[in-house]
Amino acid sequence: MPTINVDKYALFEALGEQFPGDSFQKLCFDFGIELDGDTEHDPSRPKDQAPELAIEIPANRYDMLCFEGIVTNLNIFRGKHATPNWRLVEIPEDKMQTLTITKDTAQVRPYAAAAILRNIKFTQASYDSFIGLQDKLHQNLARQRTLVAIGTHDLDTIKGPFTYEALPPKDINFVPLNQTKQINGEELMGFYETDRHLGKYLHILRDKPVYPVILDADRNICSLPPIINSERSKITLNTTNVFIDMTATDQTKLDIVCNIMVTMFSQYCAEPFTIEPVKVISDHNGTTRVTPSLATRTMEVEVDYLNQVCGLEESPESISKLLSKMALSAQPLENPKLLKVTVPPTRADVLHSCDVMEDVAIAYGFNDLPRSTPNKSVTVGKPLMINKLSDIVRHESAMAGWAEVMPLILCSHEENFEWLNRKDDGTTAVKLANPKTVEYQIARTSLLPGLLKTLGENKAMRLPLEIFEASDVVLKDESSERRARNERHWAAAYYGKTSGFEMVHGLLDRVMTMLRVAFVTHEEGLAGKSIDFEVKQNPSQQDGYFIKEIDEPTFFNGRAAAIYVRLGGKLQRIGEFGVLHPTVLEKFDLRYPVSTLEINLEVFL
Amino acid sequence: MAPASSNSAGDLTSEVLQALSKSDPISSTEAFPDIPFESIKAALDRLASRSMVTYEQVEREEAFLEPEAEIIVSHGSHEARVFEAVRQAVDGLSIQDLEGQIGDKTVTKLGQGKAFKEKWIKKDGAKLIALVESIDDVTRDQLKVIQENRTHDAKIVADLKKRKLLRMQKIISFRISKGTKFALELVKEETDLTAEMLASGSWKTAAFKPYNFNALGADQNAGALHPLNKVRHEFRQIFFEMGFEEMPTNRFVESGFWNFDALFVPQQHPARDLQDTFYVSDPVKAGRPAPASADDKHDYDAYFQNVKEIHQDGKYGSIGYRYPWSEDESLRLVLRTHTTSVSAAMLQKLAGQRKDGRVPPARYFSIDRVFRNETLDATHLCEFHHVEGVIADYGLTLGGLMEFMDMFFGAMGVTDLVYKPAYNPYTEPSMEIFSHHKGLNKLIEIGNSGIFRPEMLQAMGLPKDMRVFGFGLSLERPTMIKYGMSNIRELLGHSVDLNFIQRNPAVRLDKN
Repeated sequence: MPTINVDKYALFEALGEQFPGDSFQKLCFDFGIELDGDTEHDPSRPKDQAPELAIEIPANRYDMLCFEGIVTNLNIFRGKHATPNWRLVEIPEDKMQTLTITKDTAQVRPYAAAAILRNIKFTQASYDSFIGLQDKLHQNLARQRTLVAIGTHDLDTIKGPFTYEALPPKDINFVPLNQTKQINGEELMGFYETDRHLGKYLHILRDKPVYPVILDADRNICSLPPIINSERSKITLNTTNVFIDMTATDQTKLDIVCNIMVTMFSQYCAEPFTIEPVKVISDHNGTTRVTPSLATRTMEVEVDYLNQVCGLEESPESISKLLSKMALSAQPLENPKLLKVTVPPTRADVLHSCDVMEDVAIAYGFNDLPRSTPNKSVTVGKPLMINKLSDIVRHESAMAGWAEVMPLILCSHEENFEWLNRKDDGTTAVKLANPKTVEYQIARTSLLPGLLKTLGENKAMRLPLEIFEASDVVLKDESSERRARNERHWAAAYYGKTSGFEMVHGLLDRVMTMLRVAFVTHEEGLAGKSIDFEVKQNPSQQDGYFIKEIDEPTFFNGRAAAIYVRLGGKLQRIGEFGVLHPTVLEKFDLRYPVSTLEINLEVFL
Repeated sequence: MAPASSNSAGDLTSEVLQALSKSDPISSTEAFPDIPFESIKAALDRLASRSMVTYEQVEREEAFLEPEAEIIVSHGSHEARVFEAVRQAVDGLSIQDLEGQIGDKTVTKLGQGKAFKEKWIKKDGAKLIALVESIDDVTRDQLKVIQENRTHDAKIVADLKKRKLLRMQKIISFRISKGTKFALELVKEETDLTAEMLASGSWKTAAFKPYNFNALGADQNAGALHPLNKVRHEFRQIFFEMGFEEMPTNRFVESGFWNFDALFVPQQHPARDLQDTFYVSDPVKAGRPAPASADDKHDYDAYFQNVKEIHQDGKYGSIGYRYPWSEDESLRLVLRTHTTSVSAAMLQKLAGQRKDGRVPPARYFSIDRVFRNETLDATHLCEFHHVEGVIADYGLTLGGLMEFMDMFFGAMGVTDLVYKPAYNPYTEPSMEIFSHHKGLNKLIEIGNSGIFRPEMLQAMGLPKDMRVFGFGLSLERPTMIKYGMSNIRELLGHSVDLNFIQRNPAVRLDKN
């Protein structure tokens, strides 16, 4: 959510109220913005600086991203103002300033709009706010200038008609804003590479064969969007006529930005709330039009819908009154079931009747809405089976004296593979594209790394340590829509002066018993003569589990076994346990022997 | 306590008892002057634990003679020795002869001065003669008393101390009296009731050693469940009590479609930035939404198309976001940023169900892991848990949503909720839930709620008059508030202290 800092005294002055105690905070709360800070009593505030309020604005309320917008909306909400009638100066089309878009711009930034604020009078505060709004729009709606970029110019330093063109960098020469030397388009990237503010926008144009530019009638470059304006046309406190250019890759966002820029600041024009339009000529793609549109939008909304969701029984007239507090104007229609709602050009967030319904609820006051029962129908509670199963295993493990831990799902590639002496064959692990640290390179395919890291963090504890986890690993699965699936595992680790092999083995036996899976031996029995028992499908054999020695590099030679279960005749290996290989211990910086156990629980579903 | 078993200690206890039978009370320093302090103490503790004796510790200062004082006691004070020498010489004694007789220059010099002062002797020409027949050697007498009694009149002791004839020493002794169970013999005491005693009946006569009720019991070597899962359990119980079915959230990898597009989150939304969401590089791309099983008869292609249209062109009475919607963006794989991706899939499945000729009402919940590409700090980890609930029904109202949230949080003892308008791309209205925190004396946000947008629900095929509440909170935040924790790493992840896990009390959200 964007945060706007405003001068507290100026705000209260503009709202015409002193707001004793926490009444301003309450107003914000009821309206749906958040008072996040007040420097009035902040000892670090310089004495000559007026206290500031930090106000958080919902991300879709672009019409509140500046002081003027906050004042306007709060005054409308409090019934102090009507919604302003923003309108275009009536001017014949052939007398309008024009901005002609050339076809080449389609390669880089195809859309543009423009508007003029005539006879505007800036103060330092409104000038700062004007710059601040551009900044907030750039950051939020315009997604760091990728979607829309705004340029503002002193119209008296340039002259129309204007063109919006895309030129090869070498043909672009101008003095950028706040610079004294002329630079060439080819020098642009190098010049701003290390600039703290502008460097982050260079990628939008980098490697493009042409750069977009706004030119005046004398072919002066006014701006090179989305990077920088020209020094020549820069606006100052004394500027009286402002030319605003906006260029974009997204037509809808362009229109929103255009409306917001002019509606917020036209109040400072000699004739408040009027905007001089610009004819944008874009014949190559048939979008020639006059901007800004300032179009209001009307919707027909069902009165019953508004009342029902809010739990109200208000008349269309009283709903209209409520909506007027939210800058929406509404008129009852002939059909009493419908309301005609007019959405001003500032309220781009209103997409559907549900947005109108929310405004009714806010205007009425969320906390004043009549309460009703949420229990319209009877439903039956039910656990997810895999969670029920793993909860059984968790409880049995804890009852057996083991402590549950909850390491993270994400880990480094090394921890999951190399450190466990395991190879990544590329078929199991889901890898992340944009982790900020190596700790989060992949989603784990085994619970062991987390257990071993937990042991490593608790080496100072009294030994032995006995820990377990029942949670998900993630495996690639090309057959599924998301190309990956979770698998519920259960794992345990023993850390002590002796290996604890029989401890994890005992825990396995215990939990298997609790899961009603019996230990079975091969034909010769536990004291059998033959040790080369064949692991194979044999539906005729009884259900149960058995273990079989394995030689895998994760474990110490001769001290590991695979765990097999036969359920419903189906035999499968579900995991393994054993004494970890000393090289594994070394990687995880563990000084005593560790035995681990890990199985897939899903086979018991 | 291990019984004192050595013979000497055994003998000593019986000596103490013997001594007490003759005289009560006794002083340890008088009765057993040669026994070391520690031995006496051990014997007395043993007897006292059986109430056979009582004792109190007495501390006092005793005076001991310095070497010079020892000489005075055996030979007399300096002045007395001078007087005696002079008295015995009938015709008086020259100073040289005096020195010769006493044999110590210092004694002679000091003694002469004092004897003159006391008017015991005087000078007669070159000789010293006695003035009195006899004298009292007071110093010697005083020191003798002290040698015997280790003390004397306080003024005298102070005076002698000043003359450096005494040194003081702290002496601890015991004043011992008979206890309530005084007897001459020490009976053997049992520490525990055993099976043998039960079998032999010896428990009837055996004496039992008193139990130390100030000690902790034996360590239980107990297993433990993780505190966060204990809180999760409480939440699950509340959900079950309220008729919620648990959702299959065991799916961390999602497509952009399910995680964002299906929820009407536009493709340019900041939440989809690389800064906020983990994208998956391998596998490369998700498949289009499709049935996971044969009995799923839903038309997924139509749904996919609906979602595209609602974003790009608008539909169902919504003007949409009006931007060119990209299938590639939609099929990028992500680690889910919320469990709402699963709620969306559940609601989409619900839309295909019919009961009594309509889509049946449903309540779903989940508590599971979500992933954010956060910059890590004390309260942010790249993983945490979402607690999420969904109620789909007909005729639901905002007042009903608030009433439900009051009940839900009330079940865990959180009351006095207020609701604030907020923005969330997939709920409208969106209500942030605040509770007044008594300790901090301010409103704190405890969760989010809202009604899912028609753009999301109608694209799935849910009927227009079915409304769906959604609400959520993190599992970690209320847990951290409950336990007064400030760092999430102390709660989740491998850095958690096992002591914390093992000693964390049972969780009862409705208590305190």
